[in-house]
Amino acid sequence: MPNDQAPKPTPSNVMHGPAISIRNLHVAYGEREILHGVTFDVPAGETVVILGGSGSGKSTLLRTLVGLESPTSGEIIVRGKNLQQLSPAEWRELRQHIGISFQSGALFGSMTVGENVALPLNEHTDLDPATIEIMVRLKLNEVGLDGYENYMPAQLSGGMKKRAAVARAMAMDPEILFFDEPSAGLDPIIAAGIDALLLKLKEAFGITMIVVTHELASAFLIADRMVLLDKGRIVANGTPADLQASAQPRVRQFLDRVAEPELSQEIDYLQMLTGEVPRERQ
Amino acid sequence: MLITQTIGSATIDALSYIGGLARLAARATRALFMDMFSPRRLAYGRAVHQSVAVGIGALPILSLISFFIGTILALQAAYELRKFGALQFVASAVAISVSRELGPLMTAILVIGRSGSSFAAELGTMKVNEEIDAMETMALDPIRFLVAPKLFAMLLMMPCLAIWADFMGFLGGSVFGIIAAGFTLKTYFIATMDALILRDVVTGLIKSVMFGLVITTVGCQEGLRTGLGAEEVGRSTTSAVVKSIFLVVMVDLVFTALFYINAKP
Repeated sequence: MPNDQAPKPTPSNVMHGPAISIRNLHVAYGEREILHGVTFDVPAGETVVILGGSGSGKSTLLRTLVGLESPTSGEIIVRGKNLQQLSPAEWRELRQHIGISFQSGALFGSMTVGENVALPLNEHTDLDPATIEIMVRLKLNEVGLDGYENYMPAQLSGGMKKRAAVARAMAMDPEILFFDEPSAGLDPIIAAGIDALLLKLKEAFGITMIVVTHELASAFLIADRMVLLDKGRIVANGTPADLQASAQPRVRQFLDRVAEPELSQEIDYLQMLTGEVPRERQ
Repeated sequence: MLITQTIGSATIDALSYIGGLARLAARATRALFMDMFSPRRLAYGRAVHQSVAVGIGALPILSLISFFIGTILALQAAYELRKFGALQFVASAVAISVSRELGPLMTAILVIGRSGSSFAAELGTMKVNEEIDAMETMALDPIRFLVAPKLFAMLLMMPCLAIWADFMGFLGGSVFGIIAAGFTLKTYFIATMDALILRDVVTGLIKSVMFGLVITTVGCQEGLRTGLGAEEVGRSTTSAVVKSIFLVVMVDLVFTALFYINAKP
């Protein structure tokens, strides 16, 4: 094998074993269980797309992986550490190695784009202001937002906000990046731009990425592996080719965009709205 | 059984809420204290910005309201005082009621409307927009970053505003004193100073600091507890204003009672 084809030693692909291991994960809001024993691995340096319809539990899974929700049982191992056993100091340390791009962007509205990107650097590093300014420009350059450091988030379009959020998530050069619906609410051209950005980040930095989405075209373009969630359970886990070849009814229904059969008639839909059980189930 | 159950449940909820406020105040105070030893980390800019918004921004409307309250108090006192030919005591009546009670209380009510509601709306909007979540996932403590500068601003500005409200109240009372009670501006203020003892002003200032603590913690707690959706921000804001007013009056009652008990006859 020629030397130029050898994989580059990046923070992610020098890690041993999977970047994230999830074992029998249960998450509940009060009495209502959302995730019912989810188990899968996220290999280092790969992009894993978590697919699922509305209410499938994919956003809850993402929030649990980044520590915003607590599991009722099960294990999440990130960078070799069990999240349930981390002290607050260890959480702080871990969070400096991960980045999250939220669905809405979640940029701080009272700060400029540049200040948003600079914030984690200001808080967690001893870099001098001039170096931080250079780093902010570099990060914005990486996401195609040169010259936007003095803009307020409200002055940006939806796609630009998502790009700025990615720049902020990358500020600390994280080993793992999480994306919540990166293409949601964007027109196809802007969404394609976000997909291209994710591919570029993977290519350039070998970052491990977990992307939650229900956009099929985007998912098949960026994924190394796919996990399909349905009502809090994994119904498929494999490469995009595996999912395409799957004959599993729920996978086919999701990929072929087939409506729920019991809701296909107007009367069933009305019964669902009124809380009555559809006729087929009576 | 049902009534006792309801009362018990409401009491537990109220105590739990006040416990939450105390925890929030303790965490914000701790963050302020810790940041004193690490000046680079303290969001000085934010604290100064908040102080300007809470303090300087409130001055025009507070001045007007306090001035009118002073005049109204003088008029109300004059109703009774003139029956006894004691109109000259109008300055004393205004001085004591404004400095002990109405100056700090009116300041608190105004600051609740301006800043307490704004704290709840700001944090509530940040919660709905996932900005608080983003902050946590960046290993930034929202209490230190968002609540502590607000607490700093309120603890600094509330006593200043209360003093200013006292002064404007005296000035409002002097209008009546000059027009109807034969005072000049100078003699009115001399009468005011004669009527006041340091304790009157100090008790007002202590109350104003406690009001600042209540307004900040209630506003921030309501904001941080905002649920999903824009209407929840409105609910949090309304709730912050109503609860703040109630708790400020309760704190006022408790402290007034304490000062009364400890006062020498």
